Amino acid sequence: MPLAHVYGHNIDTDRIIPGKYTKTLDLTSLAAHVMEDLDPGFHQKFKVGDIIVAGDNFGCGSSREQAPIALKTAGVAVVIAHYFARIFFRNAINIGLPVLEIPNHTIQNGDQLHIDLSNGIVTNITQNISYNATKLPKVMLDIMEEGGLVNYLKKHKDYILA
Amino acid sequence: MAQTIAEKILSKHSGKNLYAGDLCIVPVDGCMATDTTAPLAIKSFKEMGGITVHDKNKFHLIIDHAAPAPNERIANLHNLMREFAAEQDSALYDIGSGICHQVMVDHQKVKPGDIFMGADSHTPTYGALNAFACGVGSTDLAAVMLTGKIWLKVPQSIKVILHGKKLQPGVSAKDLVLEVVKQLTISGATYQSVEYHGEAVAALSLSQRMVLCNMVAEMGAKTGIVSPEGLELPYEFTPTYADADAVYSRVIEIDAAAILPKIAIPNSPDNVHEVRAWVGTKISYAFIGTCTNGRLDDLQAAAAILKGKQIAKGVRMIIAPASKQVLIEGLKDGTIQTLIEAGATIINSGCGPCVGSHEGVPGDGESVISAANRNFKGRMGNPNAKIYLASPATVAISALMGEITEPITQ
Repeated sequence: MPLAHVYGHNIDTDRIIPGKYTKTLDLTSLAAHVMEDLDPGFHQKFKVGDIIVAGDNFGCGSSREQAPIALKTAGVAVVIAHYFARIFFRNAINIGLPVLEIPNHTIQNGDQLHIDLSNGIVTNITQNISYNATKLPKVMLDIMEEGGLVNYLKKHKDYILA
Repeated sequence: MAQTIAEKILSKHSGKNLYAGDLCIVPVDGCMATDTTAPLAIKSFKEMGGITVHDKNKFHLIIDHAAPAPNERIANLHNLMREFAAEQDSALYDIGSGICHQVMVDHQKVKPGDIFMGADSHTPTYGALNAFACGVGSTDLAAVMLTGKIWLKVPQSIKVILHGKKLQPGVSAKDLVLEVVKQLTISGATYQSVEYHGEAVAALSLSQRMVLCNMVAEMGAKTGIVSPEGLELPYEFTPTYADADAVYSRVIEIDAAAILPKIAIPNSPDNVHEVRAWVGTKISYAFIGTCTNGRLDDLQAAAAILKGKQIAKGVRMIIAPASKQVLIEGLKDGTIQTLIEAGATIINSGCGPCVGSHEGVPGDGESVISAANRNFKGRMGNPNAKIYLASPATVAISALMGEITEPITQ
């Protein structure tokens, strides 16, 4: 069962992946530095498939897509926050990292979670409570379903709103 | 129904009346990416099946974040950008051209009423031109390169009115925007457009308006737009005004004439105080430059304070002019010479040490006073340094004194 690793409000992209590591196309190299300045012990406690949980405005700061890519390549299954910074939110969905906005979650560090991505329902096994994620616009759901914007545009050639 | 400036620009591009909350697909008038974001954008573009970009005249690549290349890895990424631009026969602004945002404005690649998408979070800077500009990630940009369009949710707008004609001595747009960041906080404008109005705004130059829009990124905003009153440009343009009864999510009124010099203390741009509360804090490194405050008027403000003087012993001062044009103008009018004689080190036009890639990473335990826009932990490449954000005038006088000091009028 995946575990929650809980961080606070306003986690900026410099803390998710420092700017000095971002200039690369070797995207797997990003994983080694994820959360480095925020939580130096991250790699000792994190297991592939675990979940990052945060408060308000996760991913604020720079537009670097390397931030969600670093989390994805490190094996983060999903990121849950009260709400996300807008560029991070689009980037995450565009590169196929699932993100769920749950404004009222009560998740604590180490809680066991069950994620139902397609229905946007998170069950907190430890606290015996479940939460509904904010509904996404259809275009974002479609992009997420295709695993990202590259696959979406390969398939549709253009954006479809309706 | 009455509209905000963002609603008007998006409506004009989509051909139907749009209001906050509507989803739209709009044609994009220009797009750009830098050496941090372009390599990934090019990779995604190719993976999408892209061969030629939708409109090569609306596509710009800028090498500014780590320029010239500090290592072989980045040198190879720069070459990848040069090769792609050659292949597409599109514009490439190579090392020394300057910071993407300044280059786009200097070269008139964005104009009033435009929709512009930049793969850099400070793209809303162009709102100074009464345009709708957003920062996006690499894959969103790749999609713009491929389709010439983007999907957007029409943002709600926050109206910020800056009253008052005359600013206090030593106060500039940086002090005003730090006050707005303080009031809105780092997340207070998330998903929204920050629309600037008021007498104090109408009196500002284009360069100073760019400061106001640049730091909407530090409020979480989607875009920032200045109402066009008083905007002077070297070409004719059609201004976009908000309707008097447009709907805003929030209205903030500030008496700009009463604002005193401001400083953002570590580790967040919304941790804003009056400079006078931090006077005496020792600094060993002063930096002026960036898309926020690296323009000619910023360098002139520093030169006015440093003329004929020497920065304090034990302080190093680094200056990165925002673009080649700024550097040339500063050379012509003697600003650059004044700064060098005062002890400053001039580095290449570009992002410089702001993103912590090269050209002036601070050491452990050092305190930096910077004219940039972000002071997150580790921002300048070392999580063990402290970054204070202030106006170029405050940075210059603090370099002179070796400690945080309020700027004094010349």
